Amino acid sequence: MLQYLTRRLLIAIPSLLGISIILFTVLALAPGDPFEELATNPAIPPDVRAHLRASLGMDDPVHIRYIAWLTSMLHGEWGYSFVSRIPVDQLILQRLPTTIAVIGSSQILALCIALPVGVYAATRPYSIFDQIANTLAFVGFSLPTFFTGLLLILLFSIHLGWLPFVFRTDIEATGFQWWWEMFKQSIMPIMVLGLFQGAAWTRYVRSAVLDVIRLDHVTTARSKGLSEPRITIRHVVRNAMIPVVTLVALQMPSVFGGAIVTEQIFRVPGIGSLLITAILSNDTPVIMGVTFVFACLVIFFNLVADLLYGWLDPRISYR
Amino acid sequence: MAGSIPASATASPARRPHIGPWQEAWRRFRKHKLAVASAVVLMLLILSVLLGPLFWKVPIDDIDFGAMLQGPSVDHPLGTDDLGQDLLARVLYGGRISLAVGFTAMMVAVGLGILVGSTAGMAGGKVDAALMWLTDLFLSLPQLPLLLLIIYLFRETLKGIVGPEMGVFILIVSVIGAFNWMPVARLVRAQFFSLREKEFVEAARALGASRMRLVIRHILPNALGPVIVAATIDIAAAIIAESTLSFLGLGFPPDVPTWGRLLFDAKDNLDFAPHWALAPGLAIFLTVVSINFVGDGLRDALDPRRVQ
Repeated sequence: MLQYLTRRLLIAIPSLLGISIILFTVLALAPGDPFEELATNPAIPPDVRAHLRASLGMDDPVHIRYIAWLTSMLHGEWGYSFVSRIPVDQLILQRLPTTIAVIGSSQILALCIALPVGVYAATRPYSIFDQIANTLAFVGFSLPTFFTGLLLILLFSIHLGWLPFVFRTDIEATGFQWWWEMFKQSIMPIMVLGLFQGAAWTRYVRSAVLDVIRLDHVTTARSKGLSEPRITIRHVVRNAMIPVVTLVALQMPSVFGGAIVTEQIFRVPGIGSLLITAILSNDTPVIMGVTFVFACLVIFFNLVADLLYGWLDPRISYR
Repeated sequence: MAGSIPASATASPARRPHIGPWQEAWRRFRKHKLAVASAVVLMLLILSVLLGPLFWKVPIDDIDFGAMLQGPSVDHPLGTDDLGQDLLARVLYGGRISLAVGFTAMMVAVGLGILVGSTAGMAGGKVDAALMWLTDLFLSLPQLPLLLLIIYLFRETLKGIVGPEMGVFILIVSVIGAFNWMPVARLVRAQFFSLREKEFVEAARALGASRMRLVIRHILPNALGPVIVAATIDIAAAIIAESTLSFLGLGFPPDVPTWGRLLFDAKDNLDFAPHWALAPGLAIFLTVVSINFVGDGLRDALDPRRVQ
């Protein structure tokens, strides 16, 4: 298992490098000159500007600039925010836990919906329950997250007045009261993301279980006289999870997309809303940093998926 | 088996009329009731977006402070926004843009996907390995952050070259397309791997068909079924992506009322003008859900593994 883990880690390195190359290419191709302000300033002669460019290595060949950029990124020198003058890594670290918490709990919610519904629907294919679940799943992942968010606000905050629709970090209460307030304001962001993911996963789980349930080993288990729930849980679901894990890992980028939108709607102070504010205020170092963090998170979750794989199907880790 | 073929081959054409592959697909598509209903809804949506502005002649930017934030009425069937602009006209106009972005971005994605997939499928070996590595890399890119980054960096320049609306259109379509080609590429590659060993391709090769002709005349048409299904889903994905960008305030310029932009403007007035958000939101939802159902129906119709 350890050997398998190291192998997967080594495979992740080229992907990270690839992503960093793409990120750098986008930046290098982008028009605009960071010294534009100096160019329009009559007090600064052009040769001073040229000197500045040369001293910062901006006239070096592309590959040297890339290596310099990559080493400073790896050293944790991510620059300072243009707006708040705070180091970018600090800014991101402040906000990362919120994003992880929201995404994590919404994924758990999605799993709690998708697993039972998908499995139950697949064990009774084309029944009424299956058809209703299938239709609802289609509706669920056709509803864009920004519209569900607005609908939930309309229903629970404006119409019923049960839940606050702005996420606050400065709750004054302590102890149990604090947790209750936190819970109340987190329900809607988590629901929006969780329902969307849950709907998509329900379909994956259903079709994966349908594929496995026809296999011979399930018939064998049944002929041994095992109870139906035991067959489903021990013999069907575990095998059906293997393709589901792949699809879930492939979905990770769109999960982060959804998280950005949700954070923006409910004003959750995570890295997604940080990205949007940074873009709206032309804060390039922050934009770069957040995009890179998102890329790392995707790779990290792909690694987690690989580990799950090795656990679900031990043959993979010995190959 | 060998004995039964001549008998059925001579007997069956006499008994029932010839059914081509497309008629067969249509027969299977019709069985999926929701897909048929969705196809009708989608047609109605497309028609109303295309023809609606010809009948509903209220201009999209007719500011009327006497009719601000009104609910649905005879003069304004979908109500008005905070400047008294007619929402029906704006939703119809926005639909044109959303659908245009959806279709064009799909074409870009499918074009790129077919190009990469068929190259990998025909070449094999190192080229295949490299292209598949690239595909996997693109699949693990964080799409929305990169989309936002690219639009932020390139918007001003393109605006200067081809004008604000066209510039953003080209940018959005090409970037969304460039992030959605991977599933098609994988599908096409897998199809090519199985098809290029088939007897009819072998026969064409024996007759001296060139590589290009093999691909275009013989392999690609047979690989098209799953690609059409993926393309349908791609349209929905592109429409959602464009609306998301506009909803975040980073899509088309503020005076172009796309569906996402309408929602973006409406979200701060939810408490006293909910109709403003509901109309464009429902429009996006209806379009996307019907496209997804049509895709599902097409999968039943075009997937040869599911012969019933």
